[in-house]
Amino acid sequence: MSFLAYAVAAWLLLIGLYGVVSSRNLVHLILCLSVVQASTYVLLLAIGYRAGAKAPVFADIPLSAPVVDPVVQSLTLTDVVVEATVTALLLALSLQAYKRFGTVDPDEIVSLTG
Amino acid sequence: MSHRSRRRLFLVAAAGVAVLLVHGLAGLPGVGHFHGRYGLLLARVAVPERQATDIVNSITYDYRGVDTMGEEFILFASAIGLVIVLRRMRGERQDDDRDRDDPSESATGRVRQTSAALRLLGLALVGPVLVLGIYFASQGQLTPGGGFQGGVILAAALILVYVAGRYGAMTRLRPIPVVELAEGLGAAGYAAIGVGGLIAGARFLLNFITQGSMGNLLSGGTIALLSAVVGLEVAGAFTLVFAEFMDQRRLTRRPR
Amino acid sequence: MIPTVFPALPVAVPFLAAGLLGATQSLRRRRLAEAIALGTAIAATALCAIDLVLAIRHGDAVAWFGGWQPRHGVAIGISFTIDPLGAGLAMFVGLLTIAALVFSWRHFESVGHVFPALLLVFMAAMMGFSLSGDIFNLFVFFELMSIAGIALTCHRPDEGAPLQGALNFAITNAIGGFLVLIGIALLYGRTGALNLAQIGAMLNGHRADGLVLVSFGLIVSGFFVKAAVVPFHFWLADAYASAPTPVCILFAGVMSELGLYAVARIYWVVYAGALGPHQGTLRTILLTAGAVTALLGATMCFLQRHIKRMLAFATISYVGLFLVGIALLNSGGLAGTAIYVVADGLVKASLFICVGIIQHRRSRVDERHLHGLGRNLPFTGLVFFVGALALAALPPFGSFLGKSTIENAALARGYWWVPVLFTVAEIITAGAVIRAGGRVFLGWGPREASGPPGEGRADEETSQETEGRSDRTPAVLWLPAAILLLAGLAVGVVPGVERVAQAAAARFVDRQGYIAAVLHARPPAALPPVLVSGPSLADYLSAGGSAIGALLLGLGALVLPRRSHGSASVISHRAGAAASWIRGLHSGHPGDYVAWVTAGTAIVAGAFALTLQ
Repeated sequence: MSFLAYAVAAWLLLIGLYGVVSSRNLVHLILCLSVVQASTYVLLLAIGYRAGAKAPVFADIPLSAPVVDPVVQSLTLTDVVVEATVTALLLALSLQAYKRFGTVDPDEIVSLTG
Repeated sequence: MSHRSRRRLFLVAAAGVAVLLVHGLAGLPGVGHFHGRYGLLLARVAVPERQATDIVNSITYDYRGVDTMGEEFILFASAIGLVIVLRRMRGERQDDDRDRDDPSESATGRVRQTSAALRLLGLALVGPVLVLGIYFASQGQLTPGGGFQGGVILAAALILVYVAGRYGAMTRLRPIPVVELAEGLGAAGYAAIGVGGLIAGARFLLNFITQGSMGNLLSGGTIALLSAVVGLEVAGAFTLVFAEFMDQRRLTRRPR
Repeated sequence: MIPTVFPALPVAVPFLAAGLLGATQSLRRRRLAEAIALGTAIAATALCAIDLVLAIRHGDAVAWFGGWQPRHGVAIGISFTIDPLGAGLAMFVGLLTIAALVFSWRHFESVGHVFPALLLVFMAAMMGFSLSGDIFNLFVFFELMSIAGIALTCHRPDEGAPLQGALNFAITNAIGGFLVLIGIALLYGRTGALNLAQIGAMLNGHRADGLVLVSFGLIVSGFFVKAAVVPFHFWLADAYASAPTPVCILFAGVMSELGLYAVARIYWVVYAGALGPHQGTLRTILLTAGAVTALLGATMCFLQRHIKRMLAFATISYVGLFLVGIALLNSGGLAGTAIYVVADGLVKASLFICVGIIQHRRSRVDERHLHGLGRNLPFTGLVFFVGALALAALPPFGSFLGKSTIENAALARGYWWVPVLFTVAEIITAGAVIRAGGRVFLGWGPREASGPPGEGRADEETSQETEGRSDRTPAVLWLPAAILLLAGLAVGVVPGVERVAQAAAARFVDRQGYIAAVLHARPPAALPPVLVSGPSLADYLSAGGSAIGALLLGLGALVLPRRSHGSASVISHRAGAAASWIRGLHSGHPGDYVAWVTAGTAIVAGAFALTLQ
């Protein structure tokens, strides 16, 4: 049971990548990319978890209480911001693709080949 | 490649990656039994050293402050890139003479009114959301929150105005030059505070302001300051992003 | 002790300037913005030069941000660990950024302040990437490089090609970033540390088990996406074809090479201790990857008619050659790669500027459509031809020095086929460039109609990117091209280059010294004196041979008639079918590219996990 969280992370990664590969709609593709992002959050936070510990905020708990690993939470915060920006930029590009080609199907918008 | 061959290639590859992931993840300690020295050390020393009770934000803005500077500029670059992508295409013009207060028009020009309940609720919530955003941005060193979270909430207040149907009010509330100024100043401000640490103690991003006492609003030294600066930048960047997307809706296209 | 002021400034100052430029966008003072950006780039480059000199004199400089020194051997802050190779790479980044800013001075249709601001952010990200000593910090700068690069690529969002280039760039590099992040998470789960030296110290001496090998495989795969090693390379040609010329200078000159730099750095500091007994197997895996990349890149390069895509595939081919140099896993190979990267980057930047000049004067980049149109651009043509010969490692260019150093290191280990690989790849890529030059500047060769529809559209999509009169070439366009080419020559001619490179590489592979400097602030121990052999007569002969071969191939492709009967036609028919199949793989569809990235990850990580136990 203790490996369930890791298994969930691996599953999200693979199913997200499958969505990206087989997508016929750019917006759908970008959302599948955010599923892949989610897998990294789950993995990081699961790694840092400590059984029976509290959140790393000492406002109302004694300083000697066990807390979960705070470093991975900081990393996940950075991660979330980074990947939100990637999503925003990709959505803007797909919006312009729609205006230019009238479609968001990746098959139709290809103009450079070979 | 056709859809089928692409899918087949991927499924074979994904099977391999799945096996590898299981193999790699099996080497991790079980969930709940992690004893990384880095985290344990910081959980012990961060409060006495920085008088900030939220360890995560101490790490984000102090111990690993350079990462946050990079992350802030990722947001900065992305907002600028988005502006470049969404700037007006040649041949499009902004419809200034349409009814400014109502963006919910269909292509045939019929005007649909947003419901009164939506308008009322939207406008009523703007004030509390703004206060909530400022609260989050300023309390980062004490409780979970901080610049990033607070900044996003502040930008979200703008969306409430849009939802409430007051598009004209919204364009007046977010003059683009001021928003760009906020975003740029926030980004540059982080680097400037870092240079301030350089001047004060020959170390970039040194926490050179007095730490205050634990539990106080003015604790944590530069943590609070950096958090505020980040909040400014994030609010500016996300406002810019939302504004650009919303403006796209109003651009019409001359037939080619 | 190096003053700790310097390490942070090359990153902090450009960030500060970029933020201010972004804040003042509405003032619309374009000349002032470009001047500030240029000044900042020069300042940052000078700071990196100071860092380089100090690192050579006094040993690795370690700057802990925020003053967080390690406690009891546990690193709690982020460090910039500045060794000669990293500082040199950062300085090279600065030089190319200055060239890009000069090229876009006053003549580039930019978006006011934002283009210089984005270039500064891009430069700061690459400099930080070269100097950082913390693995998550490397990831953050990697993502910043990607985002700034994407933003710079979609300069003309209303055209089709830049959109496709930016989309594929964004999607594949995002996935590359996730792979690196999962590898970092695995390492953190095992060691609880994020500092490179600390992780290396903790993995040292223990057997490499599944987790270590899979994390290595994932991290290497992620950085191979950035470096465009086969089969992670598909996005690069689309991005280069779409990006404006000053951005291509930076992409081709240094961005892909930084991916390989990260692989080398992470291997030597983190994994070399645990993987020591398996060096030979690892060498074989990486050499295979490098050889495949070099050959596939060269082949695709020769099949292109769009000049920017041609140069993109040439870059991929050279990335394969750089990987071969690094894959030798010794300091000789690293030294040669360092020299080769710098020299080749300068030459490629010069070639891209020539393409930019052609685009400015003629508004096209397809070799067939430009047939003969370059006849009254003699200076550009001269730079183009000399640049192509420099690509073929003509002595005394710096690329020759780098190539011969790598080949000597390979021969010392018994890899006799490495010089052959280098020669073949150089002949094909330089031959393709010479063929393009012959068609454009001399008007040789038959007039060809456009090829399949997919190719032609790319050229129509490329329109004017510069302002100003298109009947003259302004000085800011041809001067950087000439200066960069001469700099590529200087790298090979200036005495002492090889000795500095060998010393820097020796320091790079000295893992114990690095860890001691970072965690315990110990000054470096004296290293054994470096062996500087210099190119031998055989090297000169083989380099001359590859230059002549490139000329023959390039010009021969233009003047020889197409044979349409006999056994030769069967072979050319089969070759043609194979060529179209490979070209068909480069479909432009993001789903295809991601499928290949997944396949590549499975292959690379699988190879590591199976053979390095």
